[in-house]
Amino acid sequence: MAAATPAGSPAGLKPLSPADAARGAGPDVASFTLANGLQVVVIPDRRAPVVTHMIWYKVGSADEARGVSGIAHFLEHLMFKGTEKHPAGEFSHVVAELGGQENAFTSYDYTSYFQRVAREHLKTVMAFEADRMTGLQLTDEVVNPERDVILEERRSRVDGDPGSQLGEAVAAALFVNHPYGTPIIGWEHEIEKLDRHDAIAFYERFYTPNNAILVVAGDVDAEEVRALAEETYGKVERRVDPGPRARPREPEPRAARRVSLADPRVTQPSLQRNYLAPSYETATGDEAYALDLLSQIMGGGQTSRIYRALVVEKGVAANAGAWYYGDALDDGRMVIYAIPRAGAALADLEAAIDEEIARIATEGPTTAELERAKTRLIADTIYAQDSQATLARIYGASLATGGTIEEVQAWPARIRAVTAEAVRDVARAVLDPRRSVTGELLSAPAPERLAAE
Amino acid sequence: MSPVSTAAAPQAHVTRIQRVAATRGAEAWLVEENTVPVVAVEVAFRGGSAQDPAELPGVVGLMAALLDEGAGDLRAETFQETLEEKAIELSFSSNRDAVTASLRTLPENLDEAFGLLALALSRPRFDEDAVERMRRQLAAQLRRDALDPEDLAGRTFFAEAFPGHPYGRPPRGTVESLAAISREDLFGAHRRLFTRDNIVIGAVGAISPERLSGLLDRLLADLPETASLVPVPTVAPSAIGRTEIVTLDVPQTSIVFGRAGPLRTDDDFIPAYVANHILGGGSFSSRLFTEVREKRGLAYSVYSYLSPYDHSGLILGGVATRNDRAGQSIDLIRAEILRMATEGPTPKELDGARKYLIGSYALRFDTSTKIANQLVHLQLDDLGIDYVARRNGLVAAVTEDDVRAAARKLFGAGELLVVAVGQPVGLPGARVRPAPGSAESHAPAVETARG
Repeated sequence: MAAATPAGSPAGLKPLSPADAARGAGPDVASFTLANGLQVVVIPDRRAPVVTHMIWYKVGSADEARGVSGIAHFLEHLMFKGTEKHPAGEFSHVVAELGGQENAFTSYDYTSYFQRVAREHLKTVMAFEADRMTGLQLTDEVVNPERDVILEERRSRVDGDPGSQLGEAVAAALFVNHPYGTPIIGWEHEIEKLDRHDAIAFYERFYTPNNAILVVAGDVDAEEVRALAEETYGKVERRVDPGPRARPREPEPRAARRVSLADPRVTQPSLQRNYLAPSYETATGDEAYALDLLSQIMGGGQTSRIYRALVVEKGVAANAGAWYYGDALDDGRMVIYAIPRAGAALADLEAAIDEEIARIATEGPTTAELERAKTRLIADTIYAQDSQATLARIYGASLATGGTIEEVQAWPARIRAVTAEAVRDVARAVLDPRRSVTGELLSAPAPERLAAE
Repeated sequence: MSPVSTAAAPQAHVTRIQRVAATRGAEAWLVEENTVPVVAVEVAFRGGSAQDPAELPGVVGLMAALLDEGAGDLRAETFQETLEEKAIELSFSSNRDAVTASLRTLPENLDEAFGLLALALSRPRFDEDAVERMRRQLAAQLRRDALDPEDLAGRTFFAEAFPGHPYGRPPRGTVESLAAISREDLFGAHRRLFTRDNIVIGAVGAISPERLSGLLDRLLADLPETASLVPVPTVAPSAIGRTEIVTLDVPQTSIVFGRAGPLRTDDDFIPAYVANHILGGGSFSSRLFTEVREKRGLAYSVYSYLSPYDHSGLILGGVATRNDRAGQSIDLIRAEILRMATEGPTPKELDGARKYLIGSYALRFDTSTKIANQLVHLQLDDLGIDYVARRNGLVAAVTEDDVRAAARKLFGAGELLVVAVGQPVGLPGARVRPAPGSAESHAPAVETARG
């Protein structure tokens, strides 16, 4: 219910993207599909007698109709408001009494609900989750205060933070035609108008077993999960065919764009350069793998090119880096950011970034750089095996954005195979000014003082 | 829904916590676990930013930030490249009471990983250029957070609650103090804290006790024997009962509230922990969550938690709500605190809280990194190597009378120190001031405190 909006991380920081950070390998993952179309993924982790139970709906904010932004996230909150069988609060109350933890989050492309409980309670949470897949009941009495909660959530995430406001404007400029340009949480004036009819309409269109993926990670085996799933989710009838996930596509970008926000509350300026980039789903060949390596080489930590050039050598920035958001159903983005040191001009940072882009697009990475980046990314897949919750999120996010279990497992090998030329080529193709939006966060004098002048 | 079955959960790990002695006196706690090819190590030194010189806050924080920026013969770039070539994760952090190193490696790189950790702990370089770079980076973070409503509320709370005490100083320092820190200050702080008699170590994963023992000897070889920590007095927070408004031009008010709470070693810590859980703890059924969020939609987040520092116990809480609802929200919170103080929990609430706290304990032990962190905290808090085995029993044994007594003591007559950042309405009797360093601080303060 503490609805995270991972992919829309309003601070303009790297969105939570577990599949980026750590795909791969690990335990014997099993998968099967129930008769009603629900896909089930089981990831064994026998170290502690606990399980992570997640249901992923293949629907997110980018599936909303125009004018009702925020409904995917609003519905996520309302899913805690009770069903015909279980009144509001009962599910949460039971999870708490079981010593479980629960939450949910909404992204551009998916909505997910999870509980973490001792293994013997798996069936209980499966039964509750299956019940609210189609049994939700809403009244104005619970819906209206929850809309206020979401408006407060938006105030916390966006209104108190000029950086988030810039982030929303940058996304809106980068995605000219695609709904990724609309914030996951929604625009305030549209949230204010959402009601239970909007929520139920969205629910009935997208919440159905054939549009969901069940991921269970932990102290269980596939046959156990299959039996429990048949008994619980298996009883839920498919109620609709949501159809293909076709969103309006971006036109070929032709113009570099600039977005600037100046506010008295900005006490530390910053710069971000965003490029429209293919995602794992839209890329051809090994482009997306090369982009993950490119972002690591350009801006993954202190040995990266951007950090070394801007922070260490030129000394114009206090910090700098890059990230790639590739776990998207449609085109994602690559972002390079920099925080100026006191007194440095954003233009100097930008010039230094452009220099580094030109260099990698001409020369490509060195062998040593590429090796280091590969080692780093592949090690992340091994570290991911240490956390059943992380593994569950990796598989869920990949499958909900068009990936397959085989692709997740082959990820380290695909990364290993990327050549320096491929990294250079993808830098050339993607880091093209015409595909870019540059965002500037600036401080401004207070309005009172302006008036006095 | 019986707690009995889940109560056993963390014990699978507990029975396997081993003491591993190093020849030079210090020891590590180890959970050997070979299923996943990962080793996680956490190392802590007692004495965090509370050890900063009074006039120079931020020394310990800057020192910690520089430990992976060059050590021994390796300058920063080489040190970082060596970590990356082996995919060794090493990071440092500090808080008011400790400096912590967190290490994660694949087992085949254990020697290299412990070698780099040993260098970082024993022979940091604090090269001029690295110091300059990290000073700028930390200063940029301070500037970024200067007018962040939540951050500003937290900083103001500690300054008000601990005037003249090390906890009242900003742990990350100020832009000005960071600029004034010298290399000698950094070497000095390092020498005072990083010693064999002041270290706490937890290790988890694919590593045998014998292997760890050998690595520990290397880790400790170049550390001096004895720390020289400045004594920090144990105090109760002051200014309880006051309301402070920091005006900032935002549509939402961020509030931090709190009062004295138990120390970790106090006898009534567990009953107080249970009482707080029922009031505002981490599930979706706390009283604050129900009254403030669920029933009235006043806030997205509302919570309270016990915050037992080494030298002061606190109960802290927070809420963020539209400016015109700030008074209503804090009134509701005050009413719930008073109700808990006078009535205590209902039997049903107590039963639910016990079940949650017992059942969810296992979730603190489900990754190597989390277990290593637990091992270090058990040692820092002097709870004993058998604590994990005992802990759920302690919670199960808490009676209604225990919680009632703990709640009475914890919440007293309900006085709070309240810090509200924004343009709040409905906070009578508040002291009002503009946000420090903000453009607004040049304008006269606005009187917003109307009952």
